[in-house]
Amino acid sequence: MEKFIEIKDVSFSYINDYDDPPTKNTVLKGVTLDINKGEFVAVLGHNGSGKSTLAKLLNSINLPESGDVFVDGMNTRDEDKLYDIRRTVGMVFQNPDNQIVATVVEEDVAFALENIGVEPSEIRKRVDWALKKVGMYEYREHAPHKLSGGQKQRIAIAGVLAMQPKCIVMDEPTAMLDPIGRREIMQTITELNSEGVTVVLITHYMEEAARAGRVVVMDDGKILLDGAPKKVFSQAELLKSVGLDVPDVTDLTHGLIRAGIDLPDDIISEDECVERLYQLLKKE
Amino acid sequence: MIKDITIGQYFPGKSAVHRLDPRMKLLLTVLYIVMLFIAKGFLGLAVGIIYMLAAFLMSGIPIRMMLKSVKPILPIIVFTGFLNLFFITTGDPLVEWHFIKITTGGLKTMVFMASRIILLIFGTSLLTYTTSPITLTDAIERVMSPLKVIKFPAHEIAMMMTIALRFIPTLIEETDKIMSAQKARGADMESGNVIKRAKALIPILIPLFVSAFRRAEELALAMECRCYHGGEGRTRLKQLKTAPRDYVALAVTVLFIVAVILLNRFLPI
Ligand SMILES: Nc1ncnc2c1ncn2[C@@H]1O[C@H](COP(=O)(O)OP(=O)(O)OP(=O)(O)O)[C@@H](O)[C@H]1O
Ligand SMILES: [Mg+2]
Repeated sequence: MEKFIEIKDVSFSYINDYDDPPTKNTVLKGVTLDINKGEFVAVLGHNGSGKSTLAKLLNSINLPESGDVFVDGMNTRDEDKLYDIRRTVGMVFQNPDNQIVATVVEEDVAFALENIGVEPSEIRKRVDWALKKVGMYEYREHAPHKLSGGQKQRIAIAGVLAMQPKCIVMDEPTAMLDPIGRREIMQTITELNSEGVTVVLITHYMEEAARAGRVVVMDDGKILLDGAPKKVFSQAELLKSVGLDVPDVTDLTHGLIRAGIDLPDDIISEDECVERLYQLLKKE
Repeated sequence: MIKDITIGQYFPGKSAVHRLDPRMKLLLTVLYIVMLFIAKGFLGLAVGIIYMLAAFLMSGIPIRMMLKSVKPILPIIVFTGFLNLFFITTGDPLVEWHFIKITTGGLKTMVFMASRIILLIFGTSLLTYTTSPITLTDAIERVMSPLKVIKFPAHEIAMMMTIALRFIPTLIEETDKIMSAQKARGADMESGNVIKRAKALIPILIPLFVSAFRRAEELALAMECRCYHGGEGRTRLKQLKTAPRDYVALAVTVLFIVAVILLNRFLPI
């Protein structure tokens, strides 16, 4: 597999200038992580564990205090590559309202392309393409503030997608959405990933993480667990000790196992759980 | 509901006036103001009235909206009208009673000035009625962009206007929410004298400001992530293109101005 993002022993601190004397809050403590091209990585961790800080290292918003971050071979410290890096790694945030710049949907989607100086005819093409990708083409002339949360978030994704990034980093994109909005976004994400876009999804929803190809668990600025969702979620005790949960189905199966029912301990999807239980019942 | 508020006073439509290039509309509005100010007599003013009437009929804007636009200026019109009426003493006297003296000259000036102000308001309102705020912002940026050589921040001003327009509905909605939240906690905003009511606004304004700053920070971050770095090297999705009708409109306007100049010279009544 081809390495796409390399995070090499990175530490990061916020300096708090308002305190006297200024205090240093070390948020990342020697993080090493490789992400391969086309992967779908979910990042979990309790509040303040450094997930957003890590995400901002991936497109030069934050620069590492020590260590290096490479994106598609470019060092994020390289100022000449700043806009190349930001085009390669698109970023979507939690609150869709605070990411939309323009008063017309299509103009917002065009924003990034306008910034990097793409030709108007090419902008048109890519805006239409991106809007179709997220299923919002019919709304291109609408005012964003009249759309639903899920629709607004899809516009924000389209705005990033228009840059044709190789990787999209999403920082809790579904946190402010209702279940319908969440489903829409998850569908868009999995579709993009299946087309080869590398996805890094920061989330607090275990069900979303279970759909990723790989789960990274952060605790107190370090990587605690890293592996396939099945492997990670089977360690329910460890996860609970750092303030995280496992998907409801996993919780359920673990309870059933404790009650003496013969089930594997790495079930993470409802379908799989239903299937296993059905097999069991049929045997009896 | 509150989500449906319109920003500014744009009246959407597809009329010929709506479809004019916004830059041309800006220019035409300026020319119209010039036309009104160079007109010396009533005939010249009549030309301005005809021009306005034609533009108004073409635009399809309801008459009630045009009249509404004059309302805020009405006190000024009345005030200057009275000044003109009582203090200009040229021409033949009409009424003389104690110290009050009204003359034909005063009456004429009053009517002339009032018509001019009203036409001025009509002209600028027609611009804002037929052009969406965002298009207008865009036009202003482009018209001003030559001034960038003297470091005039045309792009920055337009960007600020765009963001302001974008966030007005969001912040209004938020104000609504905060107000409901404070009312639910027993805040009383409707009774008491002015000072009391102004004080009642504080628990609304503070959360609103805090949230606006948080939004600003997040928006700045999102803009940076989308490669924003000022107006330099920026292209636009929508190119403004002038069509033949823009030049026709310009030619007609120039003809009207010429007519006013000729009337000034040969028939200055
Ligand atoms: N701009 C900043 N300046 C100073 N400190 C910050 C800043 N951003 C985050 N921090 C601090 O860094 C720590 C990690 O924050 P970070 O946002 O990375 O956590 P997170 O894992 O994303 O949390 P959450 O789940 O709440 O989003 C927190 O203690 C936070 O207070
Ligand atoms: Mg975060």
